[in-house]
Amino acid sequence: MSGAKPAWRVGDELDERALPPVTRTQLASYAKASGDYNPIHTSDKAAEEAGLPGVIAHGMLTAAAMALPFSPYLEHGYVRELKVRFSGMVYPGDEILVDGHVTGSEETAEGCLYDFEVHARKGEDVVASGTVSFVLFG
Amino acid sequence: MPFERFIGQRSEPIVNVVEREAVRKFAEAINDPNPLYVDEEAAKASRYGGLIAPPTFPRTFSYGEVEGIGSPGQGFIHGEHRIRYKRPLFVGEEVRCYVEVKDYYEKDGREGALGFLISERVGEGPEGKRIFTMLDTAVLTPGMRESLGL
Repeated sequence: MSGAKPAWRVGDELDERALPPVTRTQLASYAKASGDYNPIHTSDKAAEEAGLPGVIAHGMLTAAAMALPFSPYLEHGYVRELKVRFSGMVYPGDEILVDGHVTGSEETAEGCLYDFEVHARKGEDVVASGTVSFVLFG
Repeated sequence: MPFERFIGQRSEPIVNVVEREAVRKFAEAINDPNPLYVDEEAAKASRYGGLIAPPTFPRTFSYGEVEGIGSPGQGFIHGEHRIRYKRPLFVGEEVRCYVEVKDYYEKDGREGALGFLISERVGEGPEGKRIFTMLDTAVLTPGMRESLGL
């Protein structure tokens, strides 16, 4: 779970994270844990009424997945900024892969701030893309 | 346009507590049971001196309601999410939260007009110092407009 203090350089790739398939149970757990009870995440009927083929995963669940590659480094720093643009629906059964790479770094009073480009995919389809800024304590 | 008149409206702040159990359940639901989120002993021994919350946790707080619209974007499709921190968020701390409607605009889509509602959510520490700022874009589809009678 915990990694050594990273020595990132521009262009470095993060270890890809493969998530277990999304399940309806997980969506129910996330609804409960987050307080987001929008029925399009738990009821096929409600999802269909909203013009969707069936229940979809919460966007914020995908946003959380995009922060996962940084979790092993939390002892050495934290996520200063997370920006996510949702571009595709995630359905039960989908297996999400998250990858990212370093795009820049900058010294700040708090430590070195690294910028990353991050993508969440299912197969070849990108379901969300964004950026993460992670500060590594000096 | 249905939401234009809410631009600039802000909710009454609500004080939320970062509950240990809530963080544990959240960390499990997002497949990230990091010891710094869930293991009190490990967290105490870390540089943080205690448990911290996952970066996306603040979306679970109550931010109050904007009159006439409730929680802005609720029930819409989530288009974009951004959160920016001044410092990590600690378990056990009190966070004063509010939401403000920043913008609303429409664009033509294939099946009719799409609405975009931009809202900002802010969390502050007890002395009024900002901890995080969130910016969300919520999308209102033609189908949803119809079912809402807009």
